[in-house]
Amino acid sequence: MFDYDVMIIGGGVSGCACARELSRYKVKVCVLEKEEDVCSGTSKANSGIVHGGYDALTGSLKAKLNIRGNEMMEQLSKDLDFPFKRNGSLVLCLNEEDMPNLKALLDRGIANGVKDLQILKKEEVLFMEPNISDDIYGALYSPSVGIVCPFHLNIALAENAYENGVEFKFNTEVFHIKKRDEGYKLQTNTGEYTAKYVVNAAGVYADKFHNMVSENKIHITPRKGEYCLLDKNAGKHVSKTIFALPGKYGKGVLVSPTVHGNLILGPTAMDIDEKEGTNTTREGLEQVLSKAKRMVKNLPIRQVITSFAGLRAHEDGHEFIIGELEDAKGFIDCAGIESPGLTSCPAIGEMVTEILKEKMGLEKKKNFLATRKGILSPKTLSKEEHMALIKENPAYGDIICRCEMVTEGEIIDAIRRPLGAKSLDGIKRRTRLGYGRCQAGFCLPRTMEILAHERNMSIFDVTKSGKDSKMMIGTNKDT
Amino acid sequence: MKEYDIVIIGGGPAGLAAAVSAKKNGIKNILILERDKELGGILNQCIHNGFGLHTFKEELTGPEYAEKFIQQVKEGKIEYKRNTMVTDISPKKVVTAMNHEEGLFEIQAKAVVLAMGCRERARGALNIPGYRPAGIFSAGTAQRFVNMEGYLPGREVVILGSGDIGLIMARRMTFEGAKVKVVAELMPYSGGLKRNIVQCLDDYGIPLKLRHTVVDIKGKKRLEGVVLAEVDERGKPISGTEEFYSCDTLLLSVGLIPENELSMAMGVEINPVTMGPEVNEILETSMEGVFACGNVLHVHDLVDFVSQEAATAGKNAALYVKMGNTRKRKGKKILLNAKEGIRYTVPGAIHVENMDENLMVRFRVDNVYKNCYINMYLNDERVMHKKCLVLTPGEMEEIKLIKEDLLSYPNLKTITLKIEEA
Repeated sequence: MFDYDVMIIGGGVSGCACARELSRYKVKVCVLEKEEDVCSGTSKANSGIVHGGYDALTGSLKAKLNIRGNEMMEQLSKDLDFPFKRNGSLVLCLNEEDMPNLKALLDRGIANGVKDLQILKKEEVLFMEPNISDDIYGALYSPSVGIVCPFHLNIALAENAYENGVEFKFNTEVFHIKKRDEGYKLQTNTGEYTAKYVVNAAGVYADKFHNMVSENKIHITPRKGEYCLLDKNAGKHVSKTIFALPGKYGKGVLVSPTVHGNLILGPTAMDIDEKEGTNTTREGLEQVLSKAKRMVKNLPIRQVITSFAGLRAHEDGHEFIIGELEDAKGFIDCAGIESPGLTSCPAIGEMVTEILKEKMGLEKKKNFLATRKGILSPKTLSKEEHMALIKENPAYGDIICRCEMVTEGEIIDAIRRPLGAKSLDGIKRRTRLGYGRCQAGFCLPRTMEILAHERNMSIFDVTKSGKDSKMMIGTNKDT
Repeated sequence: MKEYDIVIIGGGPAGLAAAVSAKKNGIKNILILERDKELGGILNQCIHNGFGLHTFKEELTGPEYAEKFIQQVKEGKIEYKRNTMVTDISPKKVVTAMNHEEGLFEIQAKAVVLAMGCRERARGALNIPGYRPAGIFSAGTAQRFVNMEGYLPGREVVILGSGDIGLIMARRMTFEGAKVKVVAELMPYSGGLKRNIVQCLDDYGIPLKLRHTVVDIKGKKRLEGVVLAEVDERGKPISGTEEFYSCDTLLLSVGLIPENELSMAMGVEINPVTMGPEVNEILETSMEGVFACGNVLHVHDLVDFVSQEAATAGKNAALYVKMGNTRKRKGKKILLNAKEGIRYTVPGAIHVENMDENLMVRFRVDNVYKNCYINMYLNDERVMHKKCLVLTPGEMEEIKLIKEDLLSYPNLKTITLKIEEA
């Protein structure tokens, strides 16, 4: 007997999409996450773009899953109540000699099955986006590109999976995986677990787990991407996601509105060794700003409110590795999930589930809950509805975070709901509290109070992001 | 919809003084809206002394200073609502606010006084590279934890920025048992008051490193240390000067920004230098009947001046309610030009006929000037040449304009302020 039918390593978008898809079936699934919350690695620090699918090589898994993920995202956002918007993208051609490459990108997009692509002339681009640099020669317009909140997508998948019976173990780090005659034994800091099947969705650590059970080694490089996020005052500077054509200045830095109305700039691409190396660097941030300025004019860089870095899980073969290992039956890789991983995640979940369904002969559940409601934000209500809500629950009349106008009611919901927030970052990712221009300067004391009260813990145990990140060190004159 | 003559947005020092002044000038129907649970604003966490030397000729703590005004508000039976957040002010002066007792409600005001104060610049605005661990606080947030909650955010502290709150917190953290290792300041001079450098750093042997900044932040979960480096004339770090300081806490005191989100949403014009509303001689913004005072108008270093300014705004709001816009824009508009060495003036333009007998013009300089002169020109003629031993950006300056002098000046078009180095 096994503790679980399937254990999924990693609570990022890939792991949670697999968990949610599997939860349609009669199967005992558990997600192991080394951090205190889902969405704590690569999934939390990326551009939040739902790509069109014209970038990936024709015939690659990346291309196929990108197209499928893009198709699935809209319905998923309705089912699971997370923000998603098809704002379209422009790939700018900044050098005349690169125009043939823009055409090549169009051709590849068409071959990949991307719909409605067209090449626009300079004047058409500037009419569409007046703040685009005057130095461009043309652009590839892709209306199917969208923006999504990566946190809400990840959390929504996790919550829905949980409500459909998937277990989650947090602060649980896998040290060893032992192959047994049948299935696997996973040794973790919280104990040993056995599972008939393992899904390896461990992001930048996926090579480590793969290599524990397979002789066909893979290697994942953490590829750092640094970003700057601008105030909502700057959020309408462009309305589409703006890329530069991969050319002599390299690929990568984009300028895009976020689905919440900020403006995001980034990412850089720097290969590093350290799998937790999410620090920003002076050079990186300077590069982000200078590259963004080449694409977009009058960029209000004084409006930067924060900067951050994320790590892409780049596999040497530059392709998603999804499937059962030949020399380790029952071990399913979900490795090398870098861009367009966020876009592809619903399709990744589907693909992994197909594999397991076939192997395990899974049967559908009758009582699967296909929908989930997100945290109710009074901002989305009419005045009358908001009035009624406050009457019913006065906590929705107390604004805690002034910049993002987050009420106490939303914070309490974020903490109490399934897989609710346990730390300040957890609250932040669920409600956007502290995400604005003051970066929690004003609301921090009050938020800590609410979290401590709701979790029935001491204020001294309130953390930013789980263990070892305590906010307060002691009391006045305590030494 | 409930109606008030004057609605004051914010119950801190500016809002309180404006309310008291409006009341003294004959307005009965005043409402103060305050988002925090107490009146008094930031003064409630400023438990050090040094407040009120100008206004009350005694050294008070922040809460004591606030209490003097709160008493007057209570004695004057001025209405106020606490825990109440203003979410919108329409151009027609309909104020939308919410709290958990009344829910979402609207109030029609005849005049509005903006007194929302300011917020601290955060780490993100500086784009400081490194990790993002727990242990990085703005100085004011740390001040609230220590002074109001009794919690110590850390034991080994580095402070970036020598603004007044940073200096005050260097001393406070020392009192409460923390070790403050260094205060780093990007500029070649401190952004705070001289008295605070002496009383908060020098007296406790805390080093102040001018022309230094934080170039890296170490520690993934809780702060483990920061790297300081010297900067060149353009503020860029000089390679090879990096020095590691182990610490569990970094406090930021790197500037204050007036909180004008409500003002901007309603359409008030903002001065790009002060980040506060453009105002005229009666502290009225670009929108009729909307006045501004205190740190929402421009960041002050002494609360006494906030109170004075707010009293002026409160009085003018009262006159507006009583007389409508009849006093408004009499005569032509005279621009106040902030030239060499002067960053800005408040107000930025005046109608002389509409002035009181005297008008206090407040300004800041852009650098440290020693043995210099403040010059004032009416058109091209120099009419003031005042010697100053030292002027620094951290200390607000003021000059008095006299209505009679301006009225009698033939064909006055501009008033210009300049610094002249000796």
